This record gives sequence, structure tokens and C-alpha cells, in this order.
Amino acid sequence: MRDISIHDLDDIAMGAAVLGTGGGGDPYIGKLLARSAMKDRPPVTLLDVEELDDEALVIPTAMMGAPTVMVEKIPSGDEVITAIRSLGEYLGREVVATMPMEAGGVNSMIPFAVAAREGLPVVDADGMGRAFPELQMVTPTIWGIGATPMAIADDKGNSAVLNTISNHWTETFARSLTVDMGASALIALFPMTGKQVKEATIPGTLSLIQRIGSAIRESHEEHTDPVEAVCEATGGFAIWEGKVGDVARRTVGGFARGTASIQGVGDYEGRTLEIDFQNEFLIARDGDDVLVSTPDLITVLDAETGEPITTESLRYGFRVAVLGIPSDHRWRSEKGLELVGPEYFGYDFAFSPVERRMG
Amino acid sequence: MSLRIGVDVGGTNTDAVLMDNRRVVAKLKTPTTENVTSGITTAIRSVLDQSGAQTDAIDAVMIGTTHFTNAIVERRHLQPVGIIRIGLPATAALPPLIDWPEDLVEAMESSTYLVHGGYEFDGRKISDFDPEEVRTAARDIAARGIRAVAISCVFSPVNSDLEEQAAEIVAEIVPDVMITKSNEIGRIGLLERENAAILNSCLRDLANRTMTAFEQSIADLGIDAPLYLTQNDGTLMLADYARTFPVLTIASGPTNSMRGAAFLSGLDNAVVVDIGGTTSDVGMLTHGFPREASVAVDVGGVRTNFRMPDVYSVGLGGGSLVDFDANTVGPRSVGYRLTEQARVFGGDTLTATDIVVAAGKAEIGDASLVANIAPEGVAKALGRIQEMVETAVDRMKTSSEPVPVIVVGGGSVLVTRDVEGASQMVKPDHYEAANAVGAAIAQISGETDRVYSLEAMSRDEAIADAKAEATGRAVAAGAAPETIQIVDVEDVPLAYLPGNATRIRIKAVGDLAMDPS
Repeated sequence: MRDISIHDLDDIAMGAAVLGTGGGGDPYIGKLLARSAMKDRPPVTLLDVEELDDEALVIPTAMMGAPTVMVEKIPSGDEVITAIRSLGEYLGREVVATMPMEAGGVNSMIPFAVAAREGLPVVDADGMGRAFPELQMVTPTIWGIGATPMAIADDKGNSAVLNTISNHWTETFARSLTVDMGASALIALFPMTGKQVKEATIPGTLSLIQRIGSAIRESHEEHTDPVEAVCEATGGFAIWEGKVGDVARRTVGGFARGTASIQGVGDYEGRTLEIDFQNEFLIARDGDDVLVSTPDLITVLDAETGEPITTESLRYGFRVAVLGIPSDHRWRSEKGLELVGPEYFGYDFAFSPVERRMG
Repeated sequence: MSLRIGVDVGGTNTDAVLMDNRRVVAKLKTPTTENVTSGITTAIRSVLDQSGAQTDAIDAVMIGTTHFTNAIVERRHLQPVGIIRIGLPATAALPPLIDWPEDLVEAMESSTYLVHGGYEFDGRKISDFDPEEVRTAARDIAARGIRAVAISCVFSPVNSDLEEQAAEIVAEIVPDVMITKSNEIGRIGLLERENAAILNSCLRDLANRTMTAFEQSIADLGIDAPLYLTQNDGTLMLADYARTFPVLTIASGPTNSMRGAAFLSGLDNAVVVDIGGTTSDVGMLTHGFPREASVAVDVGGVRTNFRMPDVYSVGLGGGSLVDFDANTVGPRSVGYRLTEQARVFGGDTLTATDIVVAAGKAEIGDASLVANIAPEGVAKALGRIQEMVETAVDRMKTSSEPVPVIVVGGGSVLVTRDVEGASQMVKPDHYEAANAVGAAIAQISGETDRVYSLEAMSRDEAIADAKAEATGRAVAAGAAPETIQIVDVEDVPLAYLPGNATRIRIKAVGDLAMDPS
């Protein structure tokens, strides 16, 4: 158990963007939301998974919607409170803690805003260890834990509680509601007991992103290589260095899909890395050779500053370093790969761990 | 015949050129004065005298200035702003001025008002707009004696109606009010667009005074020609427009240099290295315009989403200090004191300029004063300078293909050899005045940034609609319609939204209509 203060948010947001693997939304808005909720309030308690009582009710909180809308229609701030309270009331039990389901991107920050306002601790864990485009793509799904009952709330005070037969249905309904709510909504979902959190989520993710963020900050302060610092903090591999060439984008079924080509420089001169994305980076390949594939993380960093670059801001001419970071072992299980492996995203090759290719 | 005067007021020097169509007739570099206007007057008078041109033959005067950037950075001459945001109940979590530096907020003494209204991404209303809420805010603004008002509204780039309505209400209530509507100034991204509108508002009085002073000094010189200010995208706005949108002048300096380099060299696609006294700005020209930075741009500590050139700055200039032991050149510099402190001018500071003279690559000052420097040291320092330039050029290139490299600016002598990766090296005539030339030849632009639903129309129709709007804006700003070209088209499908919502950004650019009636 330790305190997270308003001054820790910058590091956490920076690390969150690294694990956002190009998606997950810009943590900037999330950081401001957390900061304004934490201002003039006591620090938020970060709880180790092991410190949770087995019976405790934990309700993760998140933002759902289009990143472009999130930066334009900013929340009222009450949506997420409405969501977590209405789910607590529906379950008829006291909420003991909140946590992120997706620590990559904007959703690393929302639980801190909730925790500050509701006086709750945040559990140092998440359900992805990264970002993924769909709501059911979390490790609790592997354990058969449902996303519902789930509450969703908008800026106007509307809210709904969903009960569904599968997490795929939850995704479908929640997406429709989100669009009705103006393509940006706040959600409380995957209510879990302390016992379930311990067995089915990824422990320590918030501490990890804080370490990544502080590694980047310190590398700036000490003028050392930030890309190397991120590799060390994450156990990742620098798989490419180059300049962004063409970025082809298209929208399919509400997802921003596309391919970015990175023209190699230095050791990679004369070769081109292709990275496919669907909100997040999915596959990185050099010709027919797949270097990294989902669920392992592909992160694109500004080669000079080490700051992560999102799929939406990726543009011709950027000089970047590409990292492959091993995903949590839970994702590499048979059930994990069914949910988020290459085949799920329509690729016809099997997952191969990044460390096996690079190590 | 078309005679134009271009002036670029930088932190250290003010440059001026007189151009006859595409030819540089006269040029001058003079230290920037504390009173910016008197420096401009001196510079213009000098180029007029040099050329013998008649003042009544001058067709236009173009000025690029760091005046407004400095006001924000130094927190000086800023006025209080009334900020009205339309969007409740949304947006309440992050009120205006959030994440602004405290000293800037204090310097501005603003008051903020959140009212109901605003739009969803698809044009639906967030809530009912209540004119009475705006009236109440306006009465409070009037009571506080505030005369600058910034109005923002959720999704105003998609629908500007509510910002317009609110502006009308405020204008009825607040005497002599100066209103900035966010949709006129920025893109999607409420906080960044609103920030730009607020920054613009706090500069309005200063802009009025400055434009009046500029116009006065031109009138005093006997010039009866329209006055333009250069914007950060390398295009022009009339002085009257600059009174309304002073914030658009921010970062026009590097843009002017790059545009000037393109013009003087005749190259549209190239890397430009602009070497000054203390720093070098390196940028990439595509289709004759600087490539834009795509990340949020910080202006005096405030996050904005302006159209800014993507410029990489390195601490290398003619005045850069040379340290043989550490094998470094810069980032410290003697700056404008080069002519007092450099060895070749009898000073005792070893600068990059001294190295180049010692190597016999330039004739500046007295070469005998640097004759005793060890040749190995000179060679090493020259190598270091070359390395710094090459690294910066390589960083800005978009591919490993060789590209032309254009070197401009007063410190251009530092580049003594071909840069690796350059298909050709160009140091055009009048290279030292490229920034003022860039101001003199600047064009007029119009821009649009909207979200289209591609259910009711095709992508081509949406782009055509956006092009028509951008073109209309360029003509309204003073471009000759027959010269307009679309220079930038960007469409980004929006994640998570059904119905193929796509955000389209278009920029249209045309030559200045010489009769801006």
C-alpha cells in the first residue's frame, strides 16, 4: 500500500501511453481529469492485489468512446461517479476499491479521478497490461468473468445497467449506447471479488507504468537514451529504427484500421517495417517475417525523446524507434490467444513470443 | 510591375528586403530595437534609399514579427479576458484555463463562464442553449470592465451557430467588445482550440496598438500600400485581420525563412538549414511549404493545436562558442556581440565563425587574428559543425533518398562542404535575407477542418465540400481566386464511430490579389 499524489500523475500518464501501443486514447485528458479530481483532496491509496480482502467488491472504471471525441466533448466529471454508484447500488454491496481494466492510455487515469472523489483506493493491477480495441479483451474473460452487470453513463445524467449473456454482447450493446451518448461515455464494469482480482487480473501494472514514465523522465534529465530506458523498464526489445513513410488508414466497422510503413535507418537501412493497426498496433513485420504480433506489445517511440506516438498522430517523416514488449503470460495461454491472438484479428499465422525471435 | 517590401523582425535582427516582382532589389540587416516600430521604420527607409524606389510605387508591405509571441512568453501587455464556454453539462470537469501556467493566468485576470448548449460529434444538441445564461455572463463581463471575450463551444468546428449566437448576445451587452470565436481559430480539440482563442483575446489591445503603429510608420514613410502580417503557415493576413487574430503571427519567423529559401532557390521539395547567430532551424519543404508539426504546440506554456512548421532547432550559429577540449560547438553563443567578441573582430572568444575563417573558408573580419590556431583543432571543430548540420538534416528528411539542401541565414558560412545525403547543395543569392524574402513573397491561405459523415455523401463529395470552403476562406482573406491551389488534404477516419465519420482538413493557398478591395 502506498500513496499516489498529484505529482505522480505525469509519470503514470507517460508510461500509460507507452503501454497504449499506439491506441488507448491520449492520456492527456485523463491526466487532467485525475488531476482536477485529486486537487485539494488527500492522496489516493494504491493497493497491492494481495492486500485485498477476498470478499471485497472491486469495480473497475473506464472511459469508452472515440479518442477524437474525448478531446472535444470533455466529460462533466460526474459521469463516472454515476456509473460506479449505480453499479454498486444494483449489486446492493459496498464498493471497496476501483481499478483500471486498460492501463494503456487514457483509462489508466480514470480510476484515480474516481478514487479521489469517492475516497476509494485503487488496486495496482489491470485487465490487459496494455490497450486493446474491444471491451471483452481482458484477462478476466479468460476466467469466465463477465463484464456485466455493467453501468454506462453520459454527461447529461443518463445511465444504464447492462446484463448480457457474453462479453461480446456487452461490447455490442455498450458500443451502441456509447454512440447514442455522443461517442464518449464513462463505464463501470467487470465487478469482481478480491479473490477474482487476484487470480484473473494482471498485478502491478500501475507500478509498471509509473516506472516506465519515470525512466523516460530521468533519461531526459540525465541525457541518456530514453528508448533504452523504456526497454529496461518493460523488458522489451528495440526491434526497429526508422522514419515513418506512408500511413494508409481506413475505417472498418467503427475501427481505425491501417498500415504504417517505417523505412529503416542505421542497421535497418534499405528495409521497411510494416505495422498493421486497429486502434492499437497489432502486427509488425519485415517482409514476410513477423517480428512482433498481438498480444505482445508493439510500441512506437519518438527516437529522440522516447515519447510514445499514437496511431492517430503517426505521420510521414517521424523518426521513430519500434519496441516489442512481451505480453503477460495470461495472454499467451490458449484461451488468451483465442481472445486476442493474431487469428482473432484475421491473420493466418500463429503467435510467436517476441523474446523467442529477438532474444 | 509589383514592388513589395518584406520585413522580418526576429529576436536579434530585423531584416528587410525590397522586391521587384521576383527580384531582390535591396536588402538590410539591422539589430532589432526595443521599440520594434522604429527598427522597422529604419529598415524600410534604408531599403528604399538603397533602391531609389519611389514610395508611391510600393504595392504592399509584409511584416513578420515575434512581437506577440514575446508578449505571451514575457507575460507583458496582456489584457483581461472573459471566457464563455458553451457545452454544459459536458466539459464541466475541465474548466477553461486548466493546465495554464499560474503566472500567465494571474497576468491575464480572466473570468470564466460555462453555459449550456454545444453539439455532439454528429450535430445533435448536447443540451438546450439558453441565451439568458450568456446575457448573465455578458453583464458580469461588462461590470468588470473586460473588453476582450473568447467564446468556445463543443464541436464548433462542425457547427459554428452557437458561437455566432453567443457572440451576437455579448456584442449587444458589452461595450466596445472584441470577440474571438474558437471555430475561427482552431481545430478539433476543445481545450487547445479554446486556449488559442483565449491567447488571441488577451492580445487584442496590443494588436490594435501595434497595427496602428505599423500603419503609422508606413504612412510616415510616405507609403500608401496595404500592410500585411505573416502567419505561422507562411501565408499573409491584412493588418486589419491581424488586429482580430494576432495569435496567428506566432512562429512565423522560421516559416518565412523556409518559404524564402524555397523562393530564392526555386526548389519546392528540400531540406532548409537556416543558420543564425545562435541557433540553426532545420525544416522540410514539401510543395514549397514547411511540413507542419503534428504534435500539440506549446506557446508560452499553453497547449495549442496551431498550424506550426515542423522545425528542428540546434544550438549552432555563427556566434557559437568553440571548445577544443570538449570537442563542442555551441549551444552557448556570443549572439549579436559577434562583431565585438569573436577573434576575427579582435575579441578573445573563439567562435564558429573564427573556425571557418581560420580554415580559409570565409573572409570575415581579420583572418590574421586566427592564423595561430592549430590546424588540427580547426579541422576537428569544422568536422563537429558538419556533423551537427548533417544530423539535423538527416532528422528532418523523410526518406533515405538524397534531397536538395538549401542553406540560408547570416551564419550560412558555417556549412563548408556538401552535406551527406544531399542530392545538391544550394546557397541561393540573398541567402542571408531569406526570412524577409519569405515575408515579401508570402501568399494567402484558407483552411477548414470538419467531421463529415460518409453515410449521406461519398468521401469525394465531402472532400470537394471541404475544398470549396477552404477556397472561399482564402478568397475572403484576400487571395486571387484564379491562383488558388489546394496544398494540403488530410482525412482521418474517426475510431469507434459507425457511419464512417471522417475528419477532413484542407488548406487552400493563392497569390495575393494586388487590388485587395
